Amino acid sequence: MNITVNGSRCDCPQNANLSDLLIHLEMQDKKVALEINKEVIPRGEYDSYTLNEGDTIEIIQAIGGG
Amino acid sequence: MTTQDTPLIIAGKPYQSRLLVGTGKYRDMDETRLAIEASGAEIITVAIRRTNIGQNPDEPNLQDVLPPNKYTWLPNTAGCFNVEDAVRTCRLARELLDGHSLVKLEVLGDERTLFPDVTATLEAAEILVKDGFDIMVYTNDDPIIAKRLEELGCVAVMPLAAPIGSGLGIRNPYNILTIVENANVPIIVDAGVGTASDSAIAMELGCDGILMNTAIAAAQKPVLMASAMRKAIEGGREAFLAGRMPRKRFASASSPIEGLIF
Repeated sequence: MNITVNGSRCDCPQNANLSDLLIHLEMQDKKVALEINKEVIPRGEYDSYTLNEGDTIEIIQAIGGG
Repeated sequence: MTTQDTPLIIAGKPYQSRLLVGTGKYRDMDETRLAIEASGAEIITVAIRRTNIGQNPDEPNLQDVLPPNKYTWLPNTAGCFNVEDAVRTCRLARELLDGHSLVKLEVLGDERTLFPDVTATLEAAEILVKDGFDIMVYTNDDPIIAKRLEELGCVAVMPLAAPIGSGLGIRNPYNILTIVENANVPIIVDAGVGTASDSAIAMELGCDGILMNTAIAAAQKPVLMASAMRKAIEGGREAFLAGRMPRKRFASASSPIEGLIF
């Protein structure tokens, strides 16, 4: 299934949820926040959100900045 | 904090330090940590960006070096040039930091000057305040806009001294003074400070604090400059609280006339 993650096309398994995606990207232990199609998804809902074809996902973190 | 002062209070929380520091542009995480420690800052800004997929997991990260339970993290909306992007960034930051609602709002209007787009800033501030955020808002030194942002419910107003990263110091001291005199929320000069004397001048005008990044990170010796800024802000604050002497056109002798031997 094709989705976009952080601006790049990404192949992910059918019926994957957000927790599955983070594991697939080896990010399950990182402190991140997620947005799907410009909506923030709370951490508690990662298991219940199933990805759809064409979803656009942003995975963000905090870095140094002024 | 000098014993003659009261704490800086932002969104109901007291802080001893009136120096807020950005975490960008340092050589590495070690220098970031050492500079911020030398500054005495309790509030640090961070940026919100896409994670690098496939990044080395052993790379030091900001949480380890400047823990959120030791410092107050202030996520910013740097790089946002419109209302939608700024609002999205704040909502992501709040989720990332487990509901922490203090954010620095900046909506930029121009790539070269990085001046704020104040009409977009007003619009974004209104949306975010209604959404429950505690907004510390970056703006220009226009006293009308500063007051409007306060009236919208921002918890602090942060007028620039000069363009971000320019190091030009306070360009319009009388505007800053007017903003300070009209304000009922903390006024924190943000952007454009270059060296210690700029900080002292801002504090002598009555500002409640100063936010800087480049002034420290781009100094030849950042850790030493961080220490200089800390002292300048304390000195400027004490001078303000002490009440300076009036300026006079002509001289006024410091030694008595009586008893001269000639």
